[in-house]
Amino acid sequence: MIELDNVTKSFVVRRRAGRLRRTRTVVLACEGISFTVGAGEFVGYLGPNGAGKSTTIKMLTGILTPSSGSVRVAGLDPSRQRTTLARRIGVVFGQRTTLWWDLPLRDSLALVRHLYRIDAHDHRRRLAALIDLLDLGPFLDTPVRQLSLGQRMRGDLTAALLHDPELLVLDEPTIGLDVVTKATVRGFLAELNAERGTTVLLTTHDLGDIERLCRRVMIIDHGRLAYDGGLDRLRAMADAERMLVVDLERPGPPVEVPGVRFVRADGPRQWLAIGSGVNAATVVADVAARYEVADISLREPDIEDVVARLYRSGLPAPAPSADGRVGSTGW
Amino acid sequence: MASALRVYGLLAWTWIRAAAQYPVSMVLLALGTAVVTGLDLAAIALMFSRVPRIAGYSAPEVMFLYATSGLSFALAEIVLGTAERLGQHVRRGTLDAMLVRPVSPLIQVATEEFSPRRMGKLIPTATVLILVLPRLDVTWTPLRVLLVPMMIISGFVMFAALWVLTAAVQFVLIDGHQATKAVTYGGGFLTQYPLGIFGRDFVRGLTFVIPLAFVNWEPSLYVFGRADPLGLPTPVRFASPLVAAALCGVAALAWRAGLRHYRSTGS
Repeated sequence: MIELDNVTKSFVVRRRAGRLRRTRTVVLACEGISFTVGAGEFVGYLGPNGAGKSTTIKMLTGILTPSSGSVRVAGLDPSRQRTTLARRIGVVFGQRTTLWWDLPLRDSLALVRHLYRIDAHDHRRRLAALIDLLDLGPFLDTPVRQLSLGQRMRGDLTAALLHDPELLVLDEPTIGLDVVTKATVRGFLAELNAERGTTVLLTTHDLGDIERLCRRVMIIDHGRLAYDGGLDRLRAMADAERMLVVDLERPGPPVEVPGVRFVRADGPRQWLAIGSGVNAATVVADVAARYEVADISLREPDIEDVVARLYRSGLPAPAPSADGRVGSTGW
Repeated sequence: MASALRVYGLLAWTWIRAAAQYPVSMVLLALGTAVVTGLDLAAIALMFSRVPRIAGYSAPEVMFLYATSGLSFALAEIVLGTAERLGQHVRRGTLDAMLVRPVSPLIQVATEEFSPRRMGKLIPTATVLILVLPRLDVTWTPLRVLLVPMMIISGFVMFAALWVLTAAVQFVLIDGHQATKAVTYGGGFLTQYPLGIFGRDFVRGLTFVIPLAFVNWEPSLYVFGRADPLGLPTPVRFASPLVAAALCGVAALAWRAGLRHYRSTGS
């Protein structure tokens, strides 16, 4: 569905240096990115701000032309066949709406029908289904500018799906949403992928999205693809430590038992990192034997820590892109 | 082309339907636009209440130029007036949303907030044209009659091309919308007057550089049976459609170049 081969995008940035002089610097937003996403996959695309996520999305959708390398989406070249491709993909930008600010949602969706030349019957049927699934009924006649962020996002999702695209590209779809709306949106996307077989690529900073939805994760950092694979392997690769949280009866010196590293303390509560390959049960038993413990709990590393560690420590060499892929099933 | 017009019509119609939810405001706004447009006319009428001729041109002649230019301009503004917002869309990033849709962003910008209010501009100019035609002191030959719709249509196409050009410029000069207004609205304003009242070099500029003289001035000279102050040969009076076509070509190239620039640099 998506094939990127050695794609690079560079921008020339002109900065003022002195009164009239300007310096030109070439900024590489994406550098030699290659990956393949098969039909029916659900892929998360992560990276810190400015890593090149949005640039990649813009090249996939034909908004930007790559400086070099080849991009194929649904068998088309996005930069040359942008409008043909537009009929086959749906795009949602979380940060800004693709709807018309001053029009009621209902009219915005009517405009979408004409833009994509959707058959009136199909449009009515899909719209009814989406209204039902995303619960748009209460605010269909409200101008888009008056919608809450969550309502607007549901409207944007509807607008992107009315033409029944094969691929849905989402740029930070859950940004700023409350817990309930997030859950609605995630549930909806999971169902869309599972039942309609729609391929989904989403960028996010919310690791909940990734853990809940994505079987495959790609991480981009400084314009380079740094990881491409399953979630489990990402956890293992980052060698994330499990954390033992110990509540002592009273504050005391750092706990010392074999196999753990003291991290920090807050009153009687202490955080201990368990090294890889150490048996947690033994550690718990040791701590309980040597100290007066009020409570104890073990925390698995969450993906957030894993990614944070990866960003900080610099990333290992890119994994082969086929690895961890769910495969071209689902169609 | 046909499908582009069809999409334009559908989008414009959707916007009109949305505006029609407030019918009173729609009618009032259209009337307001008509009144404001008519103010220029009042100024011209006021001048002629004092003197019978301005720089040798009679009141019907000046009114004829006002009406033909105004009609062409109003038509172009109705169809493409909002194209001048392109810079805003670049700045706000809403252009990206337009680029992921299967319709030219130019059509999307141009139909934005399409409202019958835009028709308000047609009322005063069309009225003046109808009133002034029988008052012109000319012998109406078939050629003269034919020149009137020709200049209105050519003028409309030229102004439309100018609007696309100014939109294209905003791909690069994102905040250039005030400067580009000078070209479109300034052009509309200039051609309302007999160019003969301006300096010769200025008129040369309007003939050969920004060919606004072909909107109505050159063909009108033939209608009035006057000699060209610049001394250009008679066929030039009929060159408006060619100039309009050429200007369209330039505008199309500029638009493509602008879009290509945007897509290689981003916002």
